[in-house]
Amino acid sequence: MSAVIESHDDHHHGPAKGLTRWLFTTNHKDIGTLYLWFSFAMFLIGGAMALVIRAELFQPGMQIVEPEFYNQMLTLHGLIMVFGAVMPAFVGLANWLVPMMVGAPDMALPRMNNLSFWILPFAFLMMLSSLFMEGGAPNFGWTFYAPLSTTYAPPSVTFFIFSVHILGASSIMGAINVIVTIMNMRAPGMTLMKMPLFVWSWLITAYLLIAVMPVLAGAVTMMLMDIHFGTSFFNAAGGGDPVLFQHIFWFFGHPEVYIMILPAFGIVSHIISTFSRKELFGYSSMVWAMVSIAILSFVVWAHHMFTVGMPLAAELFFMWATMLIAVPTGVKVFNWVATMFRGSITYETPMLFAIAFVVLFTIGGFSGLMLAITPADFQYHDTYFVVAHFHYVLVPGAIFSIMAAVYYWLPKWCGNMYDERLGRLHFWLSFIGVNVTFFPQHFIGLAGMPRRIPDYALQFADWNMVSTVGAFLFGASQILFLFIVVRTVMGGKKATPEVWEGAQGLEWTVDSPPPYHTFSTPPEVK
Amino acid sequence: MNEGGKKTIKMLSLAVLGMFFFSFALVPLYDVFCEVTGLNGKIDLSPTRIVESDISEGRDITVQFVSHNNEQMPWDFGPSDEVINITTGKYYTATYYVKNTTSRAMVAQAIPSVAPSNAAAHLKKLECFCFEQQILKSGEEALLPVRLIFDNELPDNINNIVLSYTIFDVTEDNLDELASYMHEHGEDHHSMGS
Repeated sequence: MSAVIESHDDHHHGPAKGLTRWLFTTNHKDIGTLYLWFSFAMFLIGGAMALVIRAELFQPGMQIVEPEFYNQMLTLHGLIMVFGAVMPAFVGLANWLVPMMVGAPDMALPRMNNLSFWILPFAFLMMLSSLFMEGGAPNFGWTFYAPLSTTYAPPSVTFFIFSVHILGASSIMGAINVIVTIMNMRAPGMTLMKMPLFVWSWLITAYLLIAVMPVLAGAVTMMLMDIHFGTSFFNAAGGGDPVLFQHIFWFFGHPEVYIMILPAFGIVSHIISTFSRKELFGYSSMVWAMVSIAILSFVVWAHHMFTVGMPLAAELFFMWATMLIAVPTGVKVFNWVATMFRGSITYETPMLFAIAFVVLFTIGGFSGLMLAITPADFQYHDTYFVVAHFHYVLVPGAIFSIMAAVYYWLPKWCGNMYDERLGRLHFWLSFIGVNVTFFPQHFIGLAGMPRRIPDYALQFADWNMVSTVGAFLFGASQILFLFIVVRTVMGGKKATPEVWEGAQGLEWTVDSPPPYHTFSTPPEVK
Repeated sequence: MNEGGKKTIKMLSLAVLGMFFFSFALVPLYDVFCEVTGLNGKIDLSPTRIVESDISEGRDITVQFVSHNNEQMPWDFGPSDEVINITTGKYYTATYYVKNTTSRAMVAQAIPSVAPSNAAAHLKKLECFCFEQQILKSGEEALLPVRLIFDNELPDNINNIVLSYTIFDVTEDNLDELASYMHEHGEDHHSMGS
């Protein structure tokens, strides 16, 4: 296969030299790399903020930071991890992989691709600069509930609003690009139901982004108008309603959490199938499960607001709708396990992360089911149990899948194999770190410790100490991850085009590393 | 870019615009939804026509009045009677006492809420101080009326209803109204310094 590609090679030019290569690039591989490095930088910044939070919570009482600064760390940690780390990482993976997986030469809109990446650093520069402004950075939590984020917000809230506008625009452009590429540029013979699952997962994710990012833009625009132009969308004195903010926010927010997990489903499906040396079990049910999850995500938003005083009928509706999501999710977990069943499994680093994903994401899913039970939620609401729940689905869920993807496709991207021993060490340190950090938070949450509080009652002291130790272990092991990736990019054992024994998909038919332009002539898919 | 691609881009851009406007459409939709279903304890902020009801079909219920001051709203504000026993289908007038305890003229707005929320749809108000803003000079006091009726369709399981008013300081947003009010009432502008 690689010989076929090489014969086309002399028609193509390589990348430009120097810094302008990265500034002006319209190449999907370059832009994918930019997204991935940007997201890793954000991951480290957001992680450092998480460590400030955990350090303060190491012991009861106020030790290290002022409560006001604690609130700013908490808010920025959430915003940076959601919008700066997880989402750009998935967009980076989509840029690298979608064109190569569907046999397209590049993304459909290469210049818009460049724009949607390069506005991101400015959005986050603006958001982070608020730390140095009078009144400090946003301090109202990543959910920015009104009136905390309007009437009581620091003056820097306007910078926050504009940075959300910019990163929303970036996501929307990225989503349009992905959809147009997938719908119009697939290789001949690749029907929708022959697409790799990562491509499917991104197609669905992109539609979710198109549907809800404009709603987020609308919500922050209303905030802007309330703060500066005297409107009363969320101001009760003027006839508005603060609860309306929560409805609009979570109408965006719930599909948003699936935006952060659907691509992970796609990644894990590829990896489990490869390292089990079996075809994925139940391909079409995987597709339909993702479609059902995406549709259901629009009718469950109020399960985040069970305690605002909704009528019984609404509480029951949102409880049942939420529980319904467990069905397609269960189908997916079943299919992953069935794929591994009687497979010839080997445990390379990507597979370790993928198996940990299945186990730990399912734990997060189960605590989600517990939170969906309306009467029980009145106890769990706004406690550390919720913190434990969403960190289980986001850290060993979304982030483990991104790490698995990096280990799985890095040899393809740079042509060198990573150090398997170091990779496994990184996995085990992360796996232990993540569980030591977040599992105890279930206990202190059920015991009643509220979230978003810099100080706590004495009975929560022991588990908080454990949690902090785990957090520093997890944080430190990501430096090892950085080291492994940098070393692999610099050199190492050469990777074959196939990289992994029996790996399926068009991306494994081109060289490792792939030529700067792949599939200028579309491959034939049977 | 082929024709199919251009069409996809056009459709997606329209969808983005549509969803942006939809987020604003959620605001009136939410209000209409709450009003129609009576959810959220929201009450129609405009007077209703006189409702003719058969008092003989009415039943006895208890209405409790409560008051809240929003944030640092310094006025004295509270119901004249905390509890009244009334019959559905019949008009009653209740009053709230209010006094501007500050040394300047202020504008206030009261926002009502009803619990349980499914009683809200059955509460009709012929007049209410919450329909308009209140302007009180320094030290001025007033008795604010609300003329209300609960209709006979009030669900049988509701015997006790709480009617709550929260009073907000809206002076900053209504300086023009305050100025013209003070002008009409022959006060010079120095007394309304903030």
